[in-house]
Amino acid sequence: MTIGIIQFGGSNCDLDVLHVLKDVIGVDAELVWYKEQDLTRFEGIVVPGGFSYGDYLRAGAIAARTPIMSSVRQLAQEGKPVIGICNGFQVLTESGLLDGALTTNKYPKFRCEPTYLRVETTDTPFTSKFSKGDVVSIPIAHKEGNFYADESTLSGLEDNDQVAFRYVDSSGKVTEEANPNGSQENIAGIVSAKKNVLGMMPHPERASEEILGSKDGLRIFESMVEFISSQ
Amino acid sequence: MQYQADVTIELKSGMLDPEGTTIKRALEHLGYETDNVKTAKKYIIDLQADNIHDAREHVEEMCQKLIANPIIHNYAITLRELQ
Repeated sequence: MTIGIIQFGGSNCDLDVLHVLKDVIGVDAELVWYKEQDLTRFEGIVVPGGFSYGDYLRAGAIAARTPIMSSVRQLAQEGKPVIGICNGFQVLTESGLLDGALTTNKYPKFRCEPTYLRVETTDTPFTSKFSKGDVVSIPIAHKEGNFYADESTLSGLEDNDQVAFRYVDSSGKVTEEANPNGSQENIAGIVSAKKNVLGMMPHPERASEEILGSKDGLRIFESMVEFISSQ
Repeated sequence: MQYQADVTIELKSGMLDPEGTTIKRALEHLGYETDNVKTAKKYIIDLQADNIHDAREHVEEMCQKLIANPIIHNYAITLRELQ
C-alpha cells in the first residue's frame, strides 16, 4: 500500500503527514508534486495543509483547478480514500469533491490552538477506530475555516450522516464558545456522499504522537490505513 | 478588439462579512455612523474578443469556473472597449 501526499507550492504540512504515515504508522507514503498526473499507484491520497498559491483569489481555489486534482477526483470516484486537511479541505470544497465552502473566521483572525472535536459518525474510512460521541483533542491553525453551506446542502449533510466532526467543549457539548471560527452547526469536518472523501480543518498530523500532547489524530490515519488494507 | 472587464466579487447577502463588520466598527470609533459596510474584490481583466457580447461571455465563463465561488459569491461584470 502506498499513500500519496500532494504537494502544491505553498503546502507546508506535507512533511508532517509523511512522518506520521511512514515513521509513526509504518506504511509506505510518498510526496507527489502537483505537476504529476498519474496517481494510479496510490491507494489513498492526502491533500495536506498550508497556503497553496499563497491563498491567492481564495484559499484552495487555484490548487483545486490544477490537473492533478482531476486525477484525485478519478481516484475518489473509484472509492479510494482521500483526506484534505485544513488548506486541503479548502481545496476539496473548491474542487467540488466536498460540499460547502470555507470562509473567513467569524472573528477574522488566524487561530492556532487545540480544539476539542466530537466524532459524529464512525461510518467512514477515517473514523472507524473511534466510537460515536468520542471527544478528541486535535489542533486548528487557520483563518478561513468557517464552514458554510446553504440550508438544503446542510440538511443533506446531516441526513446522510456526512458530518464527521464538530467543535465541542471538553465535555462534548456543542457550544458557541467551542466554535473557533463561526462554522455552521460547529462543523469541523465532513465526508462526501460516498464517505470516502474527508475534509477537516483541524490537523490530525499535529496530534499523532504523545510528545505533541495528543495522539487522537493518529486514529484518523490508522482508520484510513485499515480501510485500505481491507479493500 | 480589446476590452477591459471590471469583475466585482462580493459575498452573498446574509453571509457573515467579518472584515466589513470590523471596518464598520472602526469607522464608528472615528465618529462615522454607517448602516453597513461590505467588502468586495475587484479584478480588472484585459482581453481580446470579436465583440462586446463575446467578451462578456468569456468573462462570465471565467467567473463561473474560477474567479467566483457560486456557493458564497455574487459577481458583477462591467465591460468597456479599450481604444
